[in-house]
Amino acid sequence: MKKSYKIDVDCAACADKMEVTANKTPGVKGAVVNFMTLKMKVEFDEGADVKSVMENVRANCKKVEDDCEIFI
Amino acid sequence: MNKKQKKTLIRILTSAALLIFLTVSDKYSSLLKIGAIRFIAYMVPYIIIGYDILLKAFKGIKNKQVFDEAFLMAVATIGAVVLALYSGSGDYLEAIAVMLLYQIGEWFQSYAVGKSRRNISELMDIRPDYANIEEDGVLKKVDPDEVETGSIIVVQPGEKVPIDGIILEGSSTLNTAALTGESLPRDVKEGEEIISGCINETGLLKIKTTKEFEDSTVSKILDLVENATSRKSKSEDFITKFARIYTPAVVYAAAALAFLPPIINIITGGAPGWNIWVYRALTFLVASCPCALVVSIPLSFFAGIGGASNSGILVKGSNYLELLSKTKIVVFDKTGTLTRGVFEVSGIHHSEISDEKLIEYAALAESASSHPISKSLQKAYGKPIDRSRISNLKEISGEGVIATADGRQIAAGNDRLMASLGIEYISCHSTGTIVHIAIDGKYAGHIVISDIEKPNSKEAVKRLKASGVRETVMLTGDSEKVADAVAASLGIDRVCSQLLPADKVAKIEEILKTKTENEVVAFVGDGINDAPVLRRADIGIAMGAMGSDAAIEAADIVLMDDDPLKISKAIRISRKSLRIVYQNIVFSIVIKLLCLILVAVGLANMWIAVFADVGVMILAVFNAIRALFVKNL
Repeated sequence: MKKSYKIDVDCAACADKMEVTANKTPGVKGAVVNFMTLKMKVEFDEGADVKSVMENVRANCKKVEDDCEIFI
Repeated sequence: MNKKQKKTLIRILTSAALLIFLTVSDKYSSLLKIGAIRFIAYMVPYIIIGYDILLKAFKGIKNKQVFDEAFLMAVATIGAVVLALYSGSGDYLEAIAVMLLYQIGEWFQSYAVGKSRRNISELMDIRPDYANIEEDGVLKKVDPDEVETGSIIVVQPGEKVPIDGIILEGSSTLNTAALTGESLPRDVKEGEEIISGCINETGLLKIKTTKEFEDSTVSKILDLVENATSRKSKSEDFITKFARIYTPAVVYAAAALAFLPPIINIITGGAPGWNIWVYRALTFLVASCPCALVVSIPLSFFAGIGGASNSGILVKGSNYLELLSKTKIVVFDKTGTLTRGVFEVSGIHHSEISDEKLIEYAALAESASSHPISKSLQKAYGKPIDRSRISNLKEISGEGVIATADGRQIAAGNDRLMASLGIEYISCHSTGTIVHIAIDGKYAGHIVISDIEKPNSKEAVKRLKASGVRETVMLTGDSEKVADAVAASLGIDRVCSQLLPADKVAKIEEILKTKTENEVVAFVGDGINDAPVLRRADIGIAMGAMGSDAAIEAADIVLMDDDPLKISKAIRISRKSLRIVYQNIVFSIVIKLLCLILVAVGLANMWIAVFADVGVMILAVFNAIRALFVKNL
């Protein structure tokens, strides 16, 4: 299952950090962050609870980059 | 400007004003000479401008994310303040100015990126906002998403066609510029298919939708372009990896710069000179921010892709833009790519029965195929085909068809089909595609169908050569004679003719083997029947993709119209973008290294360092935006 989320982040390096973090979050099969279009595409593991996974992704992203937002 | 940018701008202005006020009053007021008051007075603008950076750095440390820009700036400026306190100089100006300049740089970057993001999105904006549905004689605007397949929508002059469909009523001129980049108007009338994304210029159209909005051309294209920059190029990967190791490396280098020389001095018995070396280390940190690189590279690609899509060239990813710039061998499919793919029956020879009858049988046999050859036969027949007359239809790929029509067995196809059926046939001496017809196992004559070269094909091949393509190759299922004639007139280097669809893949693989490692082989096709080849080549370019889903799907680069000149244009756009990318990489890294060396040996102070940082970034961003301007390439 794939979903696309709008994000807000100020610099390309920070977007990269978000990508690395999202990929490490359990339940995420793969994530790509596009800084230019401000979008995060997430592919979830089979049977993962999208909502709770995304909350974790957001929490983890906030840890590495305080100044970011994911619009779930 | 968004809210955040406005807020930062106010902070920058306030802090700058305070700083100027303090520097001026420093000369006249003795109050500021008192250590504690001076410190507090100067800390006000510092906190105003830098509180978020300090907070971010602190949170970073807490979350074990130490090595980021905020950390670098926080350490450098706090260090400078501590140094001023320690040495008793009271020179806080530098720390505040550095933070101020850094924030100005960040603000500018955020503004410029936001602005170009909007500009590029506007260029690519073909999204229709609404669809008109007629209800009880009144037009109602609805979300295109809600329109079901088979609904009837109304498009007024000046409006965008929101969903693919067939025209029920009305005729008009369409402006396809948003899709193809060409402002050549297109006339449509009742019964014709219409593609979403075009602008209706003159007449009122009633359209029966054949797809949902989601599957319509316009949605597909938007999706493709929006996701294009997700596929990262090697240059972007390089920068990301570079930044991941660069920041920690710089911090360690700065630490070494702060501690090693004084320690060596102590060991060798000299004065340690802590002040000098710690200051240099802090300056080193300021000079080291990699922002110019990190922001300008993706921006260059994004601008390049945006500019290309504005000219009707859709690039599916930054990686493809990068690959395209290295194209050395271009392989073309002939039909529909270099030639129009509009075939016309140009002769009927050796017919045993009447010409009309022969055409009729051929058209019947080929009625199930959408191949251009079949279409031309159906066109020559001129009457609607009664499909109930045909049965036992069998298509033999690369040879032709065998079918039963009106109880007689018809075989229509090329030399190979006749040979495999063991039917004696008469070879044709005309240039063109030959369709032999056999009825009930007996030869009945052949039909010559020829294709017309596109007017721009010759120029396109010439321009490709001029833009550095080493070899041009043409693949075709056509006979040697036809292929050679076309290739000679267009100036193609190599021809491989009489290929079955499967052979084309093999040929591409053969060509892929002969190229050197840094060369890229591009295949250009019209997306019909050559999807596997499009996939197999390093870069697949599909042309004339308006409305062809298969082509959009299989290709890496999609040309919205079927003008072969766009191929060389695409290559030139990619070259320009890549040139800008390399300029930015080299320029930023060289200036950075130069700056770091100057700082390390003590030739540059913190002012110069931060100027270099912000300056390089601004120049790199401006340079990146240049990639957007591709109209005249």
